Amino acid sequence: MSAAAVSNGLPFRRWLTLSVAGFVAFFAIWWLIAASGLVQRQFLPTPPEVIEKFVALTQSPFVGYTLQQHLASSVGRFASGFGLAVLIGVPLGLLMGWFRWLDAIVTPLFDALRFVAPIAWVPFAALWFGTGIGGPMLIIFSGAFPPCVINAYRGAKFVEPRFIEAAQTLGASHFRMITEVLLPASIPSIVAGLRISAGLGWQSLVGAELIVASSGIGYLLVKGQANISTSIVMSGMIAIGIVGFAIDALLRVLERRINARRGIAG
Amino acid sequence: MTPSQARRPTAWVGVLTFLVLAATWYALTTLTHTISPGRFPAPGETWDALRQIAITGYADARLHEHILHSVKLVLLGFAAATLVGVPLGLAMGASRAFEAFINPSFLLIRPIPPLAWIPLAIVWLGLGDAAKVLIIWFAAFVPAVINSYSGVRAIEPHLLEAARTLGVPRTMFVREVLIPGALPMIFTGLRLSLQACWTTLVAGELIGAIAGLGHVLYQASLDIFPAMIVVGMAAVAVTGAAMTALLGAVERRAMPWRAR
Repeated sequence: MSAAAVSNGLPFRRWLTLSVAGFVAFFAIWWLIAASGLVQRQFLPTPPEVIEKFVALTQSPFVGYTLQQHLASSVGRFASGFGLAVLIGVPLGLLMGWFRWLDAIVTPLFDALRFVAPIAWVPFAALWFGTGIGGPMLIIFSGAFPPCVINAYRGAKFVEPRFIEAAQTLGASHFRMITEVLLPASIPSIVAGLRISAGLGWQSLVGAELIVASSGIGYLLVKGQANISTSIVMSGMIAIGIVGFAIDALLRVLERRINARRGIAG
Repeated sequence: MTPSQARRPTAWVGVLTFLVLAATWYALTTLTHTISPGRFPAPGETWDALRQIAITGYADARLHEHILHSVKLVLLGFAAATLVGVPLGLAMGASRAFEAFINPSFLLIRPIPPLAWIPLAIVWLGLGDAAKVLIIWFAAFVPAVINSYSGVRAIEPHLLEAARTLGVPRTMFVREVLIPGALPMIFTGLRLSLQACWTTLVAGELIGAIAGLGHVLYQASLDIFPAMIVVGMAAVAVTGAAMTALLGAVERRAMPWRAR
């Protein structure tokens, strides 16, 4: 249960007042600290200065590209790494849910590898695939892959036994069993996994680009850091937050659609 | 059921898998040289790298010093985030007015992944330990708040009403009802955030550090020393797993009434 966006049981007026007050307080405190001169302006710019920088970054290029171009290359990498994780992870999870021997072989490997933080793949990613698209892609993949596998596997394991029995009685092949029984029954679990996986993938992308990349939003952050420009770093963080939020919102809509359709279909 | 729970009856297949994998590794590197040593190390090289870092040291320190350094930073940041985050989450759960006031700040900060705080922490605090602790604090803070908050909300309403009807004093209410009721969720949050902390620290150390496992990985990738990269990754994995196991033990201790 995330912090609810509805008026949480308080009278609506009171909730609205408190929320607006909280919102204003956040920026007021930030602004006051920045304007008071307690910290140097270079290290803590005021909110309007950050917004100004954000707008400036969308118009004039920084380290080679504008903010939109950096974001576009990040989103491209994210989409390819995440896409690959889904394309390999979901079928693997379903197959593991159906074939016991595959489960017995893959699960120990998977458990051992799961503890390697995605970011720890950075040196090999750079060594094997370079810093263009391949290296970051491997890291996103290693972040996004586990939830795809686990949720598809769980979905396949929790299919109602009578569906499986019915299909077996009717002589369904392995292939049809997986594509026509396990897959449709696991969709809610898989979609829930996709949301986790996208979140982790996006977060890994940022980490990957901080270390190995020559473009992208993480690269913009690192260069802003090197120039000791807090407003550039903060603009980048805002952009990361917005895109991450948008990806999650998109998948949430997908989830709701699918659940609603299944609710009606029965 | 998670994959790990399904493993037991077929444990020998797992062992066999690792044996086959080890044999393949040996065959592809040492025996046939199919994989070049510049891409992935042979088992012998990896063993030598492990001995080197454990005995003479690598990247300015020995293995256990790097591990202790990383673990110390994670625990510091994690403890600081827990000390601030859990009470804040409990307060948000207990008072709807307080929640309405704090929530907007939270919604603004939450979508920013912990790793994105790294450059800002470096600008503010430099490459030393303080910046790492700040980053870990951010990684652990959000899950600590959210789970403590949901923990309070998950307490059965009749318990809260009973306490209210009996006129339980405030401190006793917090100690006897609020905290024990929210504890299971709090620990779920701590477990999640400990993993996030560990990942975040490794990333932070990769970007800039003087010691720690991330620094070992960074140095090894600069030196193009694949065997040391493997040793570093294994150390990250083993240490992360050990910390999670330790927290599990603390969890069982803290909630004896939940022991299976």
